[in-house]
Amino acid sequence: MDAKTWKNPIIAWVDKRLPIFTMMQHDLVDYPTPRNLNYWWNFGSLAGIVLVIMIATGVVLAMHYTPHTQHAFESVERIMRDVNYGWLLRYLHMNGASMFFIVVYIHMFRGLYYGSYKAPRELLWQIGVIILLAMMATAFMGYVLPWGQMSYWGAKVITNLFSAIPLVGDAIVTWLWGGFAVDNPTLNRFFALHYLLPFLLFALVFLHLVALHTSKSNNPLGIDVKGPQDTIPFTPYYTVKDMFGLGAFLIFYLAFVFFAPNFFGEPDNYIKANPMQTPPHIVPEWYFLPFYAILRAITFDILFIPAKLLGVIAMFAAVLVLLFLPWLDRSAVRSARFRPIYKQVFWLFVADCILLGVVGGHPPEGVWVPLGQAATAFYFAFFLVIMPLLSFIERPRPLPSSISAAVTGKGVGISAHGVAE
Amino acid sequence: MKRKTLAAAFATLLFTTGAAVASEAPKLPAQSWSFSGTFGTFGRPDLQRGFQVYKQICSSCHAAHLLAYRNLTDIGFTPQQVTDFAADFEVEDGPNDEGEMFTRKAVAADRFVKPFPNEAAARAANNGAYPPDLSLMTKARVGGPDYVYALLTGYKEEPPAGFALMEGMHYNEYFPGHQVAMAPPLSEGGVDYADGTTATVEQMAKDVVTFLSWAAEPEMEVRKRLGVKVMIFLVALTALLFALKRKIWSDVH
Amino acid sequence: MADSTLASPHAADDEETRRDFLLIATSTVAAVGTAFAAWPFIDSLNPARDTLAVAITGVDLSPIAVGQAITVIWQGKPVFIRHRTAAEITAARDVNVDQLPDPQPDSARVEKPEWLVVVGVCTHLGCIPLGQRPTDAKGDYGGWFCPCHGSHYDSSGRIRKGPAPANLAVPPYRFLDDNRIEIG
Repeated sequence: MDAKTWKNPIIAWVDKRLPIFTMMQHDLVDYPTPRNLNYWWNFGSLAGIVLVIMIATGVVLAMHYTPHTQHAFESVERIMRDVNYGWLLRYLHMNGASMFFIVVYIHMFRGLYYGSYKAPRELLWQIGVIILLAMMATAFMGYVLPWGQMSYWGAKVITNLFSAIPLVGDAIVTWLWGGFAVDNPTLNRFFALHYLLPFLLFALVFLHLVALHTSKSNNPLGIDVKGPQDTIPFTPYYTVKDMFGLGAFLIFYLAFVFFAPNFFGEPDNYIKANPMQTPPHIVPEWYFLPFYAILRAITFDILFIPAKLLGVIAMFAAVLVLLFLPWLDRSAVRSARFRPIYKQVFWLFVADCILLGVVGGHPPEGVWVPLGQAATAFYFAFFLVIMPLLSFIERPRPLPSSISAAVTGKGVGISAHGVAE
Repeated sequence: MKRKTLAAAFATLLFTTGAAVASEAPKLPAQSWSFSGTFGTFGRPDLQRGFQVYKQICSSCHAAHLLAYRNLTDIGFTPQQVTDFAADFEVEDGPNDEGEMFTRKAVAADRFVKPFPNEAAARAANNGAYPPDLSLMTKARVGGPDYVYALLTGYKEEPPAGFALMEGMHYNEYFPGHQVAMAPPLSEGGVDYADGTTATVEQMAKDVVTFLSWAAEPEMEVRKRLGVKVMIFLVALTALLFALKRKIWSDVH
Repeated sequence: MADSTLASPHAADDEETRRDFLLIATSTVAAVGTAFAAWPFIDSLNPARDTLAVAITGVDLSPIAVGQAITVIWQGKPVFIRHRTAAEITAARDVNVDQLPDPQPDSARVEKPEWLVVVGVCTHLGCIPLGQRPTDAKGDYGGWFCPCHGSHYDSSGRIRKGPAPANLAVPPYRFLDDNRIEIG
């Protein structure tokens, strides 16, 4: 990092003692970025912005919210009806959760397609997986706070998963609840943790960025940067591109907030929680549906392990398997553009995830049971069988010699497909 | 190519599953509501008639505890009218200087007084059935306003042949399971509309659903108006950003 | 992107100017948008509609005998209502206004001479002065005495001695009839 001389004396004074301006210059302005990133690379910065929006709206909402079973539902409705712009802040937060998952899932699928998890970016990817886990925990606890029927029964069902753990399961559930049912102590601790976790997320995102700026961005060709001719400075090129992406995203996001604020929600959550009456269909929020489908796909015992425990293990394994991805995929080629078979299987996997989501939204009856089981089998097969196998049997197409060569069309052995975007 | 085939296959799957779900319950007839769509608003006369239906018919069993009397000025009632509506109700207040609780007339700032003090009392007065709170009704049911309208107008005098209707229940085409404890609440001329509108069952149902939709989403009109402005602004800003992006990137490509 | 003709220096200048203009225009629009977006967050911290709805308090004065005082809550603050005796009224009027720390004649502080209505919050640092109960210390001027830092108020609620800079505030109120007032 070259010590830059700052013209403004105040900036220079501060920077000499605390080099924040040099760091910003280094990481937000000069940061050498591959010149060929496409719009799928917008979703990382978008996710960061959504996190900031969630924290900003969440902090203000917390000032009006009452974490008590007798008042939570009414205090949320008071926000909707009496607090100035409370409806806007609440709908921003509520739909922001869905947006966060849309953006992060696209960000992850991008990494999966272009092999962004491979060396030297294994830790970058793994921090991302941990961010996903923290996000899921935060979203789950946040959904409990309005204390509607789905809040209550969602909390009850998900916390009950831990009762599947042999021997100590029931004790753990009681400990999670702080009582013998989901009740006021549960709501209180969920509120505290829902407020805490986003700041932890923020710290994880910081680590994610440190790792990114150490190993540098991957790119659609998946080949390494060979020299300055392959990169452009982050500012102005990618700042303006990210800002444009943000504008387009905000149109999408706010269209829901203003015109269909309950599109992603469940009508049942506008009924106050009633511990004596279970709604006919308990469904989690859409972003948990694929995992919910995996949980319910295991309807049979294996050896001495009961189905209930297996389901829980499968559900957690569905996320945790991502941690091992860098070592399950042994192919030397990163980008799916040069992996003819992987590219096909990738889209099958995307379809499989959506199918799991659809299955998760239906009651486990009739055709949905075998469908969910088949989709779950494919989900794990993709990571545990197909990926390792492809590393050996697939013959990748020839890679371009460099990013700049590919961009200017002077590359050797490059197919027309490689220059798209 | 293969991607397209896959997408088509997937779309077919989604479509068929959607149809499967719809067949479980009778399809709700879609009504044309003045308040649906991007620019939809509530008609003030409709809201006031709807409030009259709520007040004279629904409110004898159903609470709407999230509403306050003061909210009624938003649907076109004068502060004096609101004070008068509120004054019909008694609320408990206190303790006074002697430490006693006392009742006083409700004021505009009070929330709608509930017809029953608690759920047990409501059940006791209604053959064990609990009339749900109506404040959020149109948001709390699948189908929203269409469902509530269908329910109010979906009573049948006689259940279809072979349907075992339990004692004290009523047959309704749109209620899940078709057996509902609530007797048909609306009948021709059930209210005497202040503005002279003929009180048919359909008219009353439409008006009260409009009122309940407002009660559930009192912010809706403000929300949509602000939304249109925000959208226009964002489209302009995004267009500018796109132009700037193209300009800045022109020396890279 | 096809229009990047950097053939002559003049064209390059033109290009530069257009880019700068676009940058400034876009930044301005974005800044205005951000400023507007901040408003809902700020405004949400203002009193909510239900809070504003109870911002007016009605008080029945009929039970208060001459010489007695009551405290009512108005917007979360104590309001002192004192039914003043003739002696108190005279004492309040019989003052050289110009020599007071916060000059104000008694007539400017009451609607009706026998009723004094003031916000019971010391203008120094916000303590609640003593003087409401018969057993309280009323200070050197027969009004209220603030125990926190020793401010003395007279029977018109005016500051006479001590660190407080201003008289006890008179809230907006009106008489609905002879025995009822509405504060707020």
